[in-house]
Amino acid sequence: MPGTEPRSDATAGDDGDRRVADLVARVRAAAAAGEALQIQGGSTKAFYGEPPTGTPLPVGGIAGIVAYEPTELYLKARCGTPLAEVETALAGSGQVLAFEPPHFGDTATVGGCVAAGLAGPRRATAGGVRDYVLGVTLLDGRGDVLHFGGNVMKNVAGYDVARALAGSLGILGVLLDVTLKVLPRPPEEATLRFAVDETTALARLNQWGGLPLPLSASAWHDGVLHLRLSGAVAAVQAARRQLGGDVVERADADAFWRALREQQHAFFGGGAPLWRVSVPSTAPALGLDAPQLIEWGGAQRWLRTSAPAASLRARVASVGGHATRFRGGSPDGAVFTTLAPPVAAIHRRLKEAFDPQRIFNRGRMYPDL
Amino acid sequence: MSVPAANALLAERIPLEGSGPVDATRQRRVVERLQRILEPDCLLYREEDTRPFECDGLSLYRQLPMVVALPRDEAQVVAVLRACRELEVPVVPRGAGTGLAGSALPHAAGVLLSTSKLNRILSIDANARTAVVQPGVRNQAVSEAVAGHGLYYAPDPSSQIACTIGGNVAENSGGVHCLKYGLTTHNVMRVRAVTIDGDVIEVGSAALDAPGLDLLSMVIGSEGMLAVATEVTVRLVPKPAQAQVVMASFDDVGRAGEAVAAVIAAGIIPAGMEMMDRAATAAVEPFVGAGYDLEAATILLVESDGTSEEVAEEIAAIRSVLQKSGATRLTVSQSEAERLRFWAGRKAAFPAVGRISPDYYCMDGTIPRRSLAKVLSAIREMEGRFGLRCANVFHAGDGNLHPLIMFDANDPDSSQRAEAFGFAILELCVEVGGTVTGEHGVGVEKVHQMCLQFDRTTLDAFTAVKRAFDPPGLLNPGKVVPSKARCAEFGRIHVHGGNLRFPDLPRF
Repeated sequence: MPGTEPRSDATAGDDGDRRVADLVARVRAAAAAGEALQIQGGSTKAFYGEPPTGTPLPVGGIAGIVAYEPTELYLKARCGTPLAEVETALAGSGQVLAFEPPHFGDTATVGGCVAAGLAGPRRATAGGVRDYVLGVTLLDGRGDVLHFGGNVMKNVAGYDVARALAGSLGILGVLLDVTLKVLPRPPEEATLRFAVDETTALARLNQWGGLPLPLSASAWHDGVLHLRLSGAVAAVQAARRQLGGDVVERADADAFWRALREQQHAFFGGGAPLWRVSVPSTAPALGLDAPQLIEWGGAQRWLRTSAPAASLRARVASVGGHATRFRGGSPDGAVFTTLAPPVAAIHRRLKEAFDPQRIFNRGRMYPDL
Repeated sequence: MSVPAANALLAERIPLEGSGPVDATRQRRVVERLQRILEPDCLLYREEDTRPFECDGLSLYRQLPMVVALPRDEAQVVAVLRACRELEVPVVPRGAGTGLAGSALPHAAGVLLSTSKLNRILSIDANARTAVVQPGVRNQAVSEAVAGHGLYYAPDPSSQIACTIGGNVAENSGGVHCLKYGLTTHNVMRVRAVTIDGDVIEVGSAALDAPGLDLLSMVIGSEGMLAVATEVTVRLVPKPAQAQVVMASFDDVGRAGEAVAAVIAAGIIPAGMEMMDRAATAAVEPFVGAGYDLEAATILLVESDGTSEEVAEEIAAIRSVLQKSGATRLTVSQSEAERLRFWAGRKAAFPAVGRISPDYYCMDGTIPRRSLAKVLSAIREMEGRFGLRCANVFHAGDGNLHPLIMFDANDPDSSQRAEAFGFAILELCVEVGGTVTGEHGVGVEKVHQMCLQFDRTTLDAFTAVKRAFDPPGLLNPGKVVPSKARCAEFGRIHVHGGNLRFPDLPRF
């Protein structure tokens, strides 16, 4: 099949349908030939996961917002729609993607956002990508188009495959379009700063988490805790009075959280391997003698370390978490924590069910998928 | 109790898998095997002992289970499932049996695995705001156990006094507060479960994510077809300091629907937003004396919760939006007692309808809210066409509609008309872009309507997902995903009956 070079200005409609038809034909040919394909949206998250292999399969041209209903709280967009375009459309109606996804570049797409499943600073209180996925149209490894979920918030017809595709790294197929639940932008925000050590920060974050406070983000690094409050004007003001701390100017605060989300904060500079450590929020200080930045009320801890993966993972597992080699580091060590054998077996059977020839993103998540 | 006689009529025409008499020889073989695993009081097979398990909340579907197993711990669950796999015996998991879709309907040749003895709260971590519970723990028992810490478990299905966390996980249960606080899937962090192979798996984790595919999303809402839960880690949230509710009257259903949209457009996500039409308030008011406006075509209940500052600000905003949207009467609850009284009527809607009609058939579709006026006027028209009355209660915030069709199960003609009425409503839900079940599940009740909502390739993908977890297909077989033959048979009967109003419906 001849590959069609997608135009960046392509939008939904007949042209979009033709592009989908071309893609289906391309995928069917690859399945027949057993040809490995790497799905490419905006390539802003190509670094994430095991190295991509196979012939590039550009899907960025399948783009455009299909439906946006502010009062129904959903937006449906084709996979290649720029994330920035989605967020601009939402801002026009005072709404946001509550999981605050990182872009990691101007070309980030909504399909890539869902496939990567990465959420930003608001994750601990607002939920992750999967919490906002209402529907997905999936092009599977046979070239069949499958429809999971829909446009409504409450829907228990069939297994919730749409949510499970968040973070699936394209190993089950191409997300042709996604429907996301959207929310109003909180009317008021304030950011507070506290000079505290790691243990004190963790204790306070968990204590505050148990109180009816409008928390929306936290970041501790190098003896300073930033805490963001979002919600009704009166609630944010009351929480500010209750919590104390130093108020950060709004413009500086917005820049801080954006830099954190996009990993442009100074902590993320330099060449040391970056690990994302996901633990229960109450896990004690890990004591790993490495530069650290703690988010999500204590539940996400970024580490810069060249320490051996095995010892790091053992320490993290001992507190009930898992560690991902997010950027950099030795390419011969696994990016993701190994699955328990029965769970790995279910993964293999799911891969077999959706992509029997293993054409999509082979080895991107685990070597046998 | 809802008595959906109507679909039973269809079930008579297309028999469900696992219906029929119990085979005594097979029963003896399975009992002998399970006696090695379970204590005598945890293994039921005499008819007088198994009879109470013959149905769940969908009481018109009844089937005597061959054997009822009541394991006391995870090791026994593992052993029971291994034995069933070896003997090729289907297993139907069951929580409290309050489900309305027949997900826990027994299998004539199978084991009904009740989680009722797995009923302990294993741990509460107030600091982490989590609790680890066994599947047989009641929903409300979790909130009661953590109340002293100022926390609660947010999903509140109407059966929360009785229904279990395991059942909630199986059904992805909602409730009246899920617009703001989410469904079960948003409030469960981890499920420990046993597969039909007897493997213990953990999906999700005590952290906010887990490596690999998000199997937690697949397991929640899978109606006991993928694995049997043995432990659930639930997320607890701080109890709001205060809650207040605005009750608004509207003289037109369409205007009420626009008012709901206007509240959302104003950037407000209320803790609850419920609508009742005049047929519903008329049924409820004499029953509970909630103080509803019986002149109104529709009433709306809009709740705000949070800190007292937050609630004051939000209630003022809600009042102003509803006023501008043409509310003919507005009342704000002035005390906790008054707030509960306003809600009492909504919560009593089903039993109240049960008092004015011999039987009622509770439907459960979701629609995009913008179609509300269209759908409600179509239902009004259907009342005339089918010669039956229908009261409507509606989770207006998230578009989940519960029409209550009133009929007489002793009158076959009335039952048949109720069945056709219900089908017509669900078809309309699909036509306007909604779904045939918002929160009650598919079970056996909606298994045929799945043929309307999904194309064959997607249904086959569901089957493949099931086989990835349950290769022999022994866990709760015959539920949720209709076979190709069933859809064909359903299509034939349904079209021949002349009830399929949209044969050319786009399927999605």
